[in-house]
Amino acid sequence: MLLAKLSEAGGISGQEAEVRQLIRSEITPYVDEIKIDPIGNLIALKRGRKGAEGKRVMLAAHMDEVGLMVVGINSDGLLHLAASGGVDPRVLVSKLVYVGADHRPGVIGSKPIHLLKAADMDRSTDMDSLYVDIGAKNKEDAEKLVKLGDQIIFATKCEPLGEGFLKGKAMDDRVGCYAIIEALRKQHDFDLYGAFTVQEEVGLRGAGVAAYQVKPDLALVLEGTTAHDVTETPEHGRSTVPGQGPAIVYRDSSWVGDPRIVDRLIETAETAGVPYQIKRTVTGGTDAGRIGPTESGVPVAVVSMPCRYIHSPVSVICADDLNNYVKLAGLFLDSLDERGLPV
Amino acid sequence: MHLADARGVTGYESPAWDGVNSLFADLVDEIRRDPLGSAIMWKKGAAKEPPARIMFAAHLDEIGMIVSKIEDEGFLRIWMMGGVDRRILPSMEVTVHGRRDLHGVIGAIPPHLQDSSKKDKSWKWDELTVDCGMPADRLRELVRVGDVISFDRRAIGLANDRIAGKSMDDRAGIAVMYEAARELQKLSHDCDVFFVATVQEEVGYGGGITSTFGVMPDIGIAIDVGHGNMPGVPEHEALKLGGGPAISFGPHVHPHIFSKLKETAEDRGIPYQVEPGTSPRGTDAYAMQMTRSGVATGLLSVPLRYMHTSVETLSLGDVKKSGQLLAYFASAVDSRFREGLTCF
Amino acid sequence: MKDLVKKLSESFGPSGSEDQIRQIIRSEVEQYADEVRVDSMGSLICRVAPKAAAPGAAAKRIMVDAHMDEIGIVVSYIDDKGFLRFSPVGGLNPHVLLGQRVVFGNGVVGVFGTEKLDDIKDLKFDKMFIDIGARDRAEAQAKVRVGDAAVMLASFADMGCRVSGKAMDDRIACAVVIEAMRRSRPKLHEVYYVFAVQEELGLRGARTAAYGINPDVGIAVDVTLWGDTPEHAPFNVSLGGGAAIKAKDSSLIAHPAVKNLMIDTAEKNGIPYQLEVLERGGTDAGAIALTREGVPSGTISIPCRYVHTPAEMVDMGDVDACVRLLAAMVEELASPAGGGIL
Repeated sequence: MLLAKLSEAGGISGQEAEVRQLIRSEITPYVDEIKIDPIGNLIALKRGRKGAEGKRVMLAAHMDEVGLMVVGINSDGLLHLAASGGVDPRVLVSKLVYVGADHRPGVIGSKPIHLLKAADMDRSTDMDSLYVDIGAKNKEDAEKLVKLGDQIIFATKCEPLGEGFLKGKAMDDRVGCYAIIEALRKQHDFDLYGAFTVQEEVGLRGAGVAAYQVKPDLALVLEGTTAHDVTETPEHGRSTVPGQGPAIVYRDSSWVGDPRIVDRLIETAETAGVPYQIKRTVTGGTDAGRIGPTESGVPVAVVSMPCRYIHSPVSVICADDLNNYVKLAGLFLDSLDERGLPV
Repeated sequence: MHLADARGVTGYESPAWDGVNSLFADLVDEIRRDPLGSAIMWKKGAAKEPPARIMFAAHLDEIGMIVSKIEDEGFLRIWMMGGVDRRILPSMEVTVHGRRDLHGVIGAIPPHLQDSSKKDKSWKWDELTVDCGMPADRLRELVRVGDVISFDRRAIGLANDRIAGKSMDDRAGIAVMYEAARELQKLSHDCDVFFVATVQEEVGYGGGITSTFGVMPDIGIAIDVGHGNMPGVPEHEALKLGGGPAISFGPHVHPHIFSKLKETAEDRGIPYQVEPGTSPRGTDAYAMQMTRSGVATGLLSVPLRYMHTSVETLSLGDVKKSGQLLAYFASAVDSRFREGLTCF
Repeated sequence: MKDLVKKLSESFGPSGSEDQIRQIIRSEVEQYADEVRVDSMGSLICRVAPKAAAPGAAAKRIMVDAHMDEIGIVVSYIDDKGFLRFSPVGGLNPHVLLGQRVVFGNGVVGVFGTEKLDDIKDLKFDKMFIDIGARDRAEAQAKVRVGDAAVMLASFADMGCRVSGKAMDDRIACAVVIEAMRRSRPKLHEVYYVFAVQEELGLRGARTAAYGINPDVGIAVDVTLWGDTPEHAPFNVSLGGGAAIKAKDSSLIAHPAVKNLMIDTAEKNGIPYQLEVLERGGTDAGAIALTREGVPSGTISIPCRYVHTPAEMVDMGDVDACVRLLAAMVEELASPAGGGIL
């Protein structure tokens, strides 16, 4: 399954090579051009039927995921780590990880409960007290196996969960990558660009560079977002709810969705009977925050896939939502053929 | 040391510009200033076909302060220009750049008069004022709100090859570029090299953003300072003073440039350190990488202790070696290396 | 002038929904501009051509900017009973909202309510809701959609030499720019008067507008804070002290040449002014300055008390000083000497 391969590939910000290679080999058979830019964005083009007179539409999803990096090695051969992107240190203890491009296994250990003081139980773990054990005997031994700067990713298998759910790491934003890979199969009137961007998780750093090159007339960001439907949260705080369909985002802290695109997305979903929800919170930022202000401005909006527990080793999504997310993106592109661009 | 003593508070870098201009005048082919004031110094390459463009960037500006209000009692209220740690300010001597330069001191309340319950607290900005030894009416003739203030500190030599002074961050980087430009006189290089002294780095890389837009380099390398080993900083987070330039690795660095810098150092026998990090923020490399269609970037750090104080301390050997490394790097870059930058 | 200020203050234009205010400003300025366009983000851009073309050289471009958006709220959820949950648009303090009313673009009015609170200090936006008088979700949805924005409902008050109302930030600057546009005609260079969108969300509209215009110099007009009410933190700006010339805020270090030209121009024309160093806050000039290869930029500030409340207050004498200073700056920059900058 393609999504499982995408989910299990490793790619912290700046080290997206494995994800990029996977995407590249998937889409090569059916796109017209593939370009990789100096910072690592992969930009694919599916030419439109109208040739040079046609418009330019860009879909964007980020390849990178949150994770960790090796920033030091101590004399026992244990690895000091730093967070890449927003990682809560409390989720790390007692997890299995892969270090470096060749996925060398390691574990994140901690002081056993027997040795803890009672007061320590209530304190959250901090990043400085965590380390990865790869089984090295000492510093010299570890240096043969890993390098400073190597990525550390969560070793989570992507597989079905319960009835109609999937679990895996890096759903933010491999679901978006997956949707674009699917969308690029189909030819439209306009030139369709798929921008697989780098470094979203450390400050939305790839997407503006991609947009500068593509110069799109319209852009749509496909994201994975928080789903927070757990018991204690009031209804209005449940940013999105799994099972209610893809989430259309009218604005977030990084950008205001172009209202013409937002309206078209809603109309498209309603006409086709695709379930959708409107995201209930405006926190968080996406690549739209960099695409929107590119040059003289690019009309852009965001569709997000509800994912529980993002930025942790394991997130959970609803399989129906995923199908509807891919479907909505495709129908939206079809509507641009049928009704023209709304901008 | 002359570079470090020059005054160039962020946004008001012109005084430091003269020094840079005269240092580089004989080493490059063309010097211009861009609309925000960054100095762009171009040394042309030997290539026949369109040459690769390398931009080296070190920032010219330094942290300082600005006059925010003139009080009737003859004291100047101040606010920071860049990230000033206000705990270093009590008893600091400063220069107020008014209609003419004025000497001033930042007063400290004597222990006898302090409220003992507040002894554990550092002084806040509105408790710190500059005393120029003048009555308010005279002060108002010479100083206006918005005039800038710099630390009054001359660089001094310490033992070995170590020196201390204000604004080593990032005049050390300018000195590295100067060493590189001198070294390049002896080497052949295909690529065009742009030495850029950027402005307003300390308030958000302004000069890095605009100068990179203008230069449009293929390769951009920022030269800045990194935290040296000192008490309170874990060993694996600190750079060793005298250990040679630190080659940075992380999302702000192109993997090929990282490798090429390392190889060059190894080939030339230049000692180096590796500085891994997950945050791309904090230097001009942040701005350069995201410019236009993207720039392949690198970052070289000179180890430095006590950053953002007026006694920033470094080893001159590290500066010299950093300059040599950059010169050899520039000389080794050809169009094949440039083409390879989009093959990950 | 007060009529114009009243009209602009009472108009609707939260960040991201500036259609109504843009239409109103457009009708005021169209007659003075040689070309009026709206960019893809919605900023209104008015070009005024010089009386005479610059001899030999292409005309330089002067950008003057005021933002037309205002703070407000945006609906994030509508519950079963028809209550609206919301998020702030721009820098808003929840305590300011207590007892206030809001109005949507279609005229629907709502009032703020709060959940039970043990301590008023716990007041946060997610403990608040808006009641539009709907009896259930369906009735509410017929009037308001999730994603719709609203602004404070507050009427303009004429207090004599001072006036108060909502959205003085930054409609008072829109009024200053409109009035300066009326009074000055550039001799040599082109002037682009920009009424920008989404400043309150992070200087967004000015950024894209400036990229499109590619100006040689930029001036933003915006409100600043005050330091002259009882027990206020020290700040060198007072209401009635004249036009404030900015040296620094957190978005911009004013280009020394632009700042000095403002000071010299004010002194030459006998315009009252004060100098401003603002610790926190930014204006569109911060975005203009970093456009392309960089743009020397500065800000003329109108002192304004109680910023980001429905009762912002300005002094009409200061407003007049800002109009005169802006008009004189445009004359200086568009003269053959270019103010020493162009």
